[in-house]
Amino acid sequence: MFQFSSEQFRLKVGLAEMLKGGVIMDVTNAEQAKIAEDAGASAVMALERVPSDIRKEGGVARMCSIEIMEEIMKTVTIPVMAKARIGHFMEARILESMGVDFIDESEVLTPADEEHHIDKNDFKVPFVCGARNLGEALRRIGEGAAMIRTKGEAGSGNIVEAVRHIRTIVKEMKQLTVLGKEELMHSAKTLGAPIELVEWVAAHGKLPVPNFSAGGIATPADAALVMQLGAEAVFVGSGIFKSSDPVNRANAIVMAAKNFNNPEKLLEASRTLGAAMPGLEISKIPEGELMQGRGW
Amino acid sequence: MKKVGVLSLQGDFAAHGAALERAGAEPVYVRERAQFGAIDGLVIPGGESTTMLKLLHYEHLFEDVAEFGSRKPVFGTCAGAILMARSVANPAQESFALMDIAIERNAYGRQLDSRVIELDTAPEFTARVGTGKLEAVFIRAPIIRSVAADVKVLAEYGGTPVLVEQGRHLAATFHPELTRDLRVHQLFLERL
Repeated sequence: MFQFSSEQFRLKVGLAEMLKGGVIMDVTNAEQAKIAEDAGASAVMALERVPSDIRKEGGVARMCSIEIMEEIMKTVTIPVMAKARIGHFMEARILESMGVDFIDESEVLTPADEEHHIDKNDFKVPFVCGARNLGEALRRIGEGAAMIRTKGEAGSGNIVEAVRHIRTIVKEMKQLTVLGKEELMHSAKTLGAPIELVEWVAAHGKLPVPNFSAGGIATPADAALVMQLGAEAVFVGSGIFKSSDPVNRANAIVMAAKNFNNPEKLLEASRTLGAAMPGLEISKIPEGELMQGRGW
Repeated sequence: MKKVGVLSLQGDFAAHGAALERAGAEPVYVRERAQFGAIDGLVIPGGESTTMLKLLHYEHLFEDVAEFGSRKPVFGTCAGAILMARSVANPAQESFALMDIAIERNAYGRQLDSRVIELDTAPEFTARVGTGKLEAVFIRAPIIRSVAADVKVLAEYGGTPVLVEQGRHLAATFHPELTRDLRVHQLFLERL
């Protein structure tokens, strides 16, 4: 059963709270992890290949290799997150045994289960999950996710999907706040979400866990945009290490997350950055290759 | 009403702001140099100390915080306590040296070693802000390895200090901002 007040859930959400206002960077080896930490990342996300390479190379994308993960954990002092496949609770158990600080049950990897997600309440390690709408977010929280990241289209370098999804979630939350109590059960039904969580959102106007944004963030302006729209921190995947100058770009996005409300500082952060990662037009990506639709 | 700055570069500054409001103070989310003139005290929140240090330098705020601390009260939790320490280990890093304590980062281990503990507090703590156990949320917390003679230890856990006061400054290795208990914040507000 889901319990907000349980000690374990508070510790999980507590770590998510500490990551607010920061930038979590995708890294595929210890060297990149060090660059990310030195640039001011508040955590790193370990994975086998960044999303744009997964997109290019195809094949099954799994959790990161154990050796690389251990090396990353030895190299940096900031929290280390790692991706597990949707529904792959044994990848998650292995990551938990290693002592990673957070697990991302991620649509960027090839799903292991096309119906079920991991029972995250059963783990001691906190989880973050992606969501495109409020129903999806609340189902994940109901399963025990301690952080939501609104999905974009990973590896696209295109912010349009992240914007669409954060706007959707924020709008759906606002709508709940004006409903009468008797209307909430119907909302729970249409959202496909647990009634307790629907009631909580209706009362507070926000998610009961921190809400970050991920997918398609390539520039300081992109990071500031999603934070203006309500994200409390950002994940940057391919955007840093697929750009022409990762060190400068990592620094600039960290600056942007702190200064999302200050255009002059954003201007400063956006200077002399070199080329951003190449972007993809979403409509040119074949339907079957879109990652955002994974997750149920 | 007391105006209390919360250093809002990265971390759980919003949770501190909410706790200060509940304790009857007005939080000011400090992101720029100009804001230091208008506050009576400063809270350095939890978060990642490496990220905060980086941003303090990017934004040229390091000297401002140090200067503010030389004349006004500062309260740090977790990463904030690390930044206030005289010396930092695991690894060694720069700090404001506002309090004569030596601190070790991530000293309990990783997230799986995070914990909630009901603490006994020192008589001075209960005399000033009230009796009862103090719920302490430790998240990837540091450990205070040594303190100077004039540092008051207001609570201990596992034989090491977790809530300390020296002169006008206060530091906790845990997160009072993540509980409903306002006594630690009240202790700080008392100094303003």
